[in-house]
Amino acid sequence: MKSCVAALLMLVASAGVRAAAIDCISCHAEKATVKDSIHGSLSCTSCHSTIQSFPHPEKQTPVNCASCHSDSAATLGQSVHAASGGPTCTSCHGDGHSILPSKNPQSTTFAANLPRTCGACHGNAQMAKRLGLQEVYSLYMDSIHGFALTQDGLLVAANCSSCHGTHGILSNKDPKSKTNRANIPATCGTCHSGPLKAFSSSIHGQLLQAGSDDAPVCTNCHTAHEITKVGSAEWQIKTTATCGGCHKDQFATYHDTFHAQVSALGYQQTARCWDCHGFHDILPASDPKSMIAPDHLISTCGKCHAGANASFVKYDPHANSHDQAHYPALHYSAVFMNLLLASVLGFFALHTILWFLRSRSGPGAGPRGSQPK
Amino acid sequence: MEDAKGRYYVRFSLPQRYLHWALAGTFLGLAFTGLTLRFSAAPWMQALARAVGGFAAVLFFHKFFAIGLTVTFLIHLADIANRVVNKREWSLLWGPNSMVPRWKDIQDFFGNLKWFLHLGPKPRFDRYAYWDKLDYWGVFWGMAIIGFSGYAMWFGSFFAHLIPGSWLNIALLIHGEEAILATGWIFVIHFFNTHLRPDNFPMDLTIFTGRLSEEELKRMHPEEYERLAGSGGLTAIESEAPPRWLNNFGGVIGTTAILAGVIMLLLMAVAFVRE
Repeated sequence: MKSCVAALLMLVASAGVRAAAIDCISCHAEKATVKDSIHGSLSCTSCHSTIQSFPHPEKQTPVNCASCHSDSAATLGQSVHAASGGPTCTSCHGDGHSILPSKNPQSTTFAANLPRTCGACHGNAQMAKRLGLQEVYSLYMDSIHGFALTQDGLLVAANCSSCHGTHGILSNKDPKSKTNRANIPATCGTCHSGPLKAFSSSIHGQLLQAGSDDAPVCTNCHTAHEITKVGSAEWQIKTTATCGGCHKDQFATYHDTFHAQVSALGYQQTARCWDCHGFHDILPASDPKSMIAPDHLISTCGKCHAGANASFVKYDPHANSHDQAHYPALHYSAVFMNLLLASVLGFFALHTILWFLRSRSGPGAGPRGSQPK
Repeated sequence: MEDAKGRYYVRFSLPQRYLHWALAGTFLGLAFTGLTLRFSAAPWMQALARAVGGFAAVLFFHKFFAIGLTVTFLIHLADIANRVVNKREWSLLWGPNSMVPRWKDIQDFFGNLKWFLHLGPKPRFDRYAYWDKLDYWGVFWGMAIIGFSGYAMWFGSFFAHLIPGSWLNIALLIHGEEAILATGWIFVIHFFNTHLRPDNFPMDLTIFTGRLSEEELKRMHPEEYERLAGSGGLTAIESEAPPRWLNNFGGVIGTTAILAGVIMLLLMAVAFVRE
């Protein structure tokens, strides 16, 4: 009953407003777009509330959006954009007379248009430099998200606000920020629920939950803005080194193996970190569920090496010939080969040099075809 | 090059020369493709691999040449077996015509070192000098080490039934190291000993023409010359001078092979220093 009365009152009010609006627009013809905007049902004075009568003073106090949008304004006031000189409501939503609902494909805050809207500042090299920000717009536009959204029109693809939020964007240093390290899995997991589930129970996820500063989150491997397809050779080769950024010893020993040599020559179909260890669900070998747990090695190696058996999986993809304690056979093989190489090549190099010098200086030296002594 | 004149003697039969071609060709191919893997971290090698068509092509050619070299090696073994078993050429197993090392090789080796140092006369070599035998047995050693480790890696899951999987780690190590020894030996020692040393410079064409001039036979293999002259065996191996085309052909191919080797050696050296 109460709401019926309210609706009736609004109807009466809006009839009065329309009359007033027509009056304003007879002078302010360029503001006529307001009729088609989301604010079309409001009277001019709803926002320009200081105008009481006509003619009105030339100078007016600025419109205060917060008088209606108090929640958004309050959130914005807490955000990274609240700083003086930061964006105002109209920076993103456009002029108040032409604001469209964000579902409208013409709206500046429509999913497919949002990157361009944010990019007005965040794609601006000078601004990025001045504020010490990454120039992320072009990175995003070339990413798998940017491509899906703007080229394929895949409206569910992540746009800026999917990860950063809207009015309440916080610095990623703020523990409450959606892009704070600790919150990134949940943020990405809003869409990527499968990887989130796998990651949460992985060793990396466990470490993160335990408050480790070293645990990687989604962006450590996938980056934030330049996320690409994980199938590309370029990404796979680059990301092997990303794992190696933390796992330095394993990366170094991997480098001595056939898998890595092949990879260095740009070949994609070779074992990389995640082929053996898994990726989102990565677990240490001591965990029976791990891909490299002793019971799983035959099936893990067997993914590529058909016919792998218990002996085959004794191959160590991280063998280290310098580690005498753990790899004595390999170590002494290396020592033997080095000695063999040095002694054979060294001795015969000397042999060759002596021969060369002797040939030039003594009997039998002469040019080919000369008479021997 | 002018037509050669004078008396010539056969040193290598045509099938032997073909086998050397096959050996040299597959060896260079294996070295070329294998080095890109051994020094995969070097940008040079990565560019080389790309030029061939990427690693997939590199590996294909490596295996292709590996089969070629294996077949070449087996043909040689079959030839030796045939000549010993069926033709009863016992001289292949012992004596001056055999590759089996003798006491004289040790004497010649030390004699040659003395000669290098002006401490003695130049040894009188027979048909095969000690460095020829080292070249020859080096192939056997290389085939055993590189060949076995290579096939073990190629058919890893099969070989794992025969050897412990951890040996595959050793296989890669010795495959690469032995490959450096083999290429270093061929590109430095063999090329110099046989082709580039001043009294043979710029190239010993015998492996291409199959023949030696009388002067060359006397100078390089005096023992053999005198032995054959004494027993009348020289007339049996006397031959016409090699035709001009064969000399030129051998020169071009040989120079190409040596240049290829020297280039690979330089690439190896650069990559090695960077490692």
